[in-house]
Amino acid sequence: MDVRYEAPETLQAAVALLAGASGPARILAGGTDVIVQMETDLIEPALLVDIKKIPETRQITPEAGGFRIGAAVPGMEIMGHAGLCKAWPGVLDGVKLIGSIQVRGRASIGGNLCNASPAADSVPPLIAAGAIARIVGSKGTREVPVEQIPAGPGKTTLAKDEIIVSFLLPPRPPHSGDAYQRFTPRTEMDIAVVGVGVNLTLDNGGTCTAARVALGAVAPTVLLSKECADALIGTKVDDAALERLAAAASAACKPIDDKRGTKEYRIKVAGVLARRTALQALDVARKN
Amino acid sequence: MAQAHPILEKSGFNPDRKLKIVGSSPVKHDGIDKVTGRAKFGADMFLPGMLVGKILRSPHPHAIIKSIDISAAEKLPGVKAVICRDDFPEIKAGSADGDMTRNAMAREKALYDGHPVAAVAATSESIAKEALKLIKVDYEILPHVIDPVEAMKPDAPILHPHLRTKGIKDNDKATNVVERHELNMGDAAAGFAEADVIVEREFDTKPMHQGYIEPQACVASTTEDGQIDLWCCTQAPWVFRDRLSNILKIETAKIRVQQSEMGGGFGGKTGFYPEPIAIQLSRKAKRPVKIMLTRNEVFRATGPVSGTKSRIKMGCKKDGTITAAEAELIFQTGAFTGSAFTNAPQAMFTRYALKNVKTTSYEVVSNRPKVNSFRAPCVPQIVFGVEGVVDEMARKIGMDPIDFRLKNAAVEGYKTIYGDVFGPIGFVQTLEAAKKCDHYTSPVPPGQGRGVAAGFWFNRGGETAATLNIGIDGSVTLILGTTDVAGSRISISMMAAEELGIPVDKVRAVMADTHSLGFNRVTAGSRTTFSTGMVIIDSARKAIGELCRRAAGIWGVSEDAVTFEDGFCKPASANVGNFEPLSIAQIAAKTMASHGAIAGHSEMNVTGAGPGFGLHIVDVAVDKETGRVDVKRYTVVEDAGKAIHRLQVEGQFQGGAVQGIGWALNEEYYYGEDGRMQNPSFLDYRMPVASDVPMIDTEIVEIPNPRHPYGLRGVGEVPVVPTMAAIANAVGQVIGVRPQSLPMSPPKILKLIEEHKAKNGG
Amino acid sequence: MAKKYHVTTTVNGDEYEYLCEPQQTLLDILRDELTLTGTKEGCATGDCGACTVMVDGVMVCSCLVLAVETDGCKVETIEGMAQGDKLHPLQQKFLELNGTQCGICTPGILIAARELLKRNPDPTESEIRYWLAGNLCRCTGYDKIIRSVQAAAKEMRGG
Repeated sequence: MDVRYEAPETLQAAVALLAGASGPARILAGGTDVIVQMETDLIEPALLVDIKKIPETRQITPEAGGFRIGAAVPGMEIMGHAGLCKAWPGVLDGVKLIGSIQVRGRASIGGNLCNASPAADSVPPLIAAGAIARIVGSKGTREVPVEQIPAGPGKTTLAKDEIIVSFLLPPRPPHSGDAYQRFTPRTEMDIAVVGVGVNLTLDNGGTCTAARVALGAVAPTVLLSKECADALIGTKVDDAALERLAAAASAACKPIDDKRGTKEYRIKVAGVLARRTALQALDVARKN
Repeated sequence: MAQAHPILEKSGFNPDRKLKIVGSSPVKHDGIDKVTGRAKFGADMFLPGMLVGKILRSPHPHAIIKSIDISAAEKLPGVKAVICRDDFPEIKAGSADGDMTRNAMAREKALYDGHPVAAVAATSESIAKEALKLIKVDYEILPHVIDPVEAMKPDAPILHPHLRTKGIKDNDKATNVVERHELNMGDAAAGFAEADVIVEREFDTKPMHQGYIEPQACVASTTEDGQIDLWCCTQAPWVFRDRLSNILKIETAKIRVQQSEMGGGFGGKTGFYPEPIAIQLSRKAKRPVKIMLTRNEVFRATGPVSGTKSRIKMGCKKDGTITAAEAELIFQTGAFTGSAFTNAPQAMFTRYALKNVKTTSYEVVSNRPKVNSFRAPCVPQIVFGVEGVVDEMARKIGMDPIDFRLKNAAVEGYKTIYGDVFGPIGFVQTLEAAKKCDHYTSPVPPGQGRGVAAGFWFNRGGETAATLNIGIDGSVTLILGTTDVAGSRISISMMAAEELGIPVDKVRAVMADTHSLGFNRVTAGSRTTFSTGMVIIDSARKAIGELCRRAAGIWGVSEDAVTFEDGFCKPASANVGNFEPLSIAQIAAKTMASHGAIAGHSEMNVTGAGPGFGLHIVDVAVDKETGRVDVKRYTVVEDAGKAIHRLQVEGQFQGGAVQGIGWALNEEYYYGEDGRMQNPSFLDYRMPVASDVPMIDTEIVEIPNPRHPYGLRGVGEVPVVPTMAAIANAVGQVIGVRPQSLPMSPPKILKLIEEHKAKNGG
Repeated sequence: MAKKYHVTTTVNGDEYEYLCEPQQTLLDILRDELTLTGTKEGCATGDCGACTVMVDGVMVCSCLVLAVETDGCKVETIEGMAQGDKLHPLQQKFLELNGTQCGICTPGILIAARELLKRNPDPTESEIRYWLAGNLCRCTGYDKIIRSVQAAAKEMRGG
């Protein structure tokens, strides 16, 4: 393997490197996917662009009532940010489930998203949260909802010279809460068989006025399900609504059989998890 | 037939002996190296000029290897040697050596995805990997078969054209069935006729892997005149040496195998993998070669544990007496024979005093790596079924599951199906201890289920050799031939210290190379602390004899006038004379220069190992919407005979139990239609992590084995035997149906829950 | 010959300079270049934790860090855990309570446990288990590992 390693200190330099690459190039943030894929000979990049020296990718800053999280911020730093933990426990649930403590010392939500595994843990709650990705390329900057980034297993909609710089999480209305749950055979260290992210907002009377439900590991990309959201909106998230939510989640799945789960199993468990995750989000919303 | 060594009759167990060291838990001497990272494992060796070796493996599960062209690879700068089948001596297929050389390096055919086909030694890992890409192999792909039941069918692809089934009459057809083995006693048909209750069930278990954290690694170094120096992690240095000698056609005296510390083996390192390849690369390159397997290679190409299919039928009277048992078992052995499957019929029912047993077992090859031993090879996956049937009979007649086992427990004098008669054994006492223990007497927490299961293992003896050397200052070195599988070294040192009456800190053990000792059989079979302990005790007693002779010389008295007690030679009585007792150190200092070294050595085919028994109790919770099983509480009750080092014994119980938990719940090989393993990584081969299991409580029962000077029994294997059965019995209590298939992964449990609900109008 | 990169780093307080290929991981360099073999390779894909080290105060799998990324960084490995002849309380308790059997997972577990106790001097059994979920052990069943960590924590709190 004859690979070139570069660690630019500005976004422009990074974009220029990617634009000028003649062979396959990879962006290196935490490296917990890229390095594994190099080690197991799944990829043979000619160029690695390490973005960790670019300040915009490494900061967590309050912005417009919400938070801007750099794409290369390690999971452990996200977990240690009190403001984020309080505002977005669901996003944190997802981040906390990526690998192990050691993996989270390096792994980033930018990498988790761009590796584009349908089972990535931080993606469903980020989509449910309505996160917007800031993307920089040689054609300029664009802001894109996270659900538009994954294009299929291992593929994104980014151009070859584009980098995700950061994610913006919007401000939290009162009585809103999010949660993420996944099913794995072991307690830790597994890839999600099914993952569900729920973000909902209640009015003063306890009725759900807004909801976003994202399903992971049950389709080639994470699904943002309108039918699931509709099952909750306008209801008090009672048992009947939760039953409809579970049915909608099972119906929305387009899963495959693989070594981590069968089609039927994923369809069933998607419904079970949707209900449990919505209850957890409801609990958070009621306390806010 | 092994000769009983005099030690076994003369130096028997003395229950009244006051022990000073044996039975305590001193810090193990090798511990300091392990907590500082200093301990040297297989990959921790470096030699000047060392090259990196990498192996090219077949991507096809079954293929004829038409040609191999290594010329382009050889020309790559930095490559110092490339080898393939042409670099290994020709040995006819179908013999043990023929199988062994072919498993190490394919010859006519590739028989599994991952089968070594060629190898490279180069100055760096990246160059070696580049060189592998330049090796051209021409394969003719053949249809493959993975599942042993499929492999038994008449139209299945045949792996070995020469293979004929052993043990059947009409056996001139090409087949994948290696052997049909019958083992019977009494009259099973008559026994079933007497039964009031008969239970017959079918079970299946998937292959799994020993899962040692250290991948195989070795460094081979050779000389121009054919001498070989091999550093490797192994459970069997002498067996490796002798097998290498056979397949490489080099005299054993020219091969020195030095064992490293071993990062887990559990049976999986009783056979070699990269070692013959590293040696042949080194001979061609004229430089040392290190090979370390990747985790992917460990899964795809080292010996996993047999998957099985079994039908088990047992019958009992209303009062609980088991009257008959019958079993038909199928074991997969991978691409070559060697599964030790005959252990299963011998051990599967052996703890119950059965008189009527009929078993038929089959070993079948298929396109997977050749299996290797795990703890209690081929037995736990069958006991998974037996203990389920036992439990079912107990429930049918309304008897407590432990009482049912007590009713049928074998005791001293029982003649087993394999011919041995039990000496004093501790199964009854183990069951009674389990019945009384805190876990069993506490109520089952609401929503959970409790299961119990019993296990047995023969425990082995075997060929063992060791030496004990006394230093001029009275400190003692033990030269041992068995691998330290997690603590045997300290236990053996404790026994030596006890014999010599010195503090254990004055004893140090080293794991010897094959030049330094006589033949030692594999470190396996729960034989190590028992057998190596035995020969060290023998060596110690011989050394004591020499010490007494020297003391006699110093005092000018006859040899029989000297005794040895608590580390001192003393006059046998006041009549002998008024001599001050002499310590070992004093005798050494006074006589070594003039009379030479003081040592004892012993080579024995150790016999007299005492069988071990265990009873496991487990509480589980089941998430009925997802099928996930959580082990909430676990207790291992097992007879250790005599726990030499209590913490070590507990550690064996706990480690075996958690391996069994993994085997029970999630560990399995997934195969695709293409015959390739789909989950060759720790990500998807799901072994228990720390948050998956509770504390494992242990109760050490001590019913001594009187044929060992301290009464000990091996403990390494029993702990994994009943585990999956106990968990399955517990799950059955929660969901209403007892699982019959391993692993009990969530989708399978959920399916059972739903089928049970549907059947019972849920 | 592939281009090599120059790295300067501190490991356990000692300064090192070396050349490496860009795809070589910190684990590769620690073991093969610097011959600090206390850090072990169990899988090279971040699933077993045997290669756990500290990089600039962060607990990581060294198989998931490229050596080139550690230029200018401070690395801590098991070899730096004891202070001269004085073992860290964790090392001491693992010895006394038999928290190590074959020893291959031990260095990774000690580094991880030390970091846990720095952040949380009084962890519950569950917190210890979840923190160590990234460190596989096949010999001990984890029981005596957890007990050793609990005992060391108690001693370090002055209990």
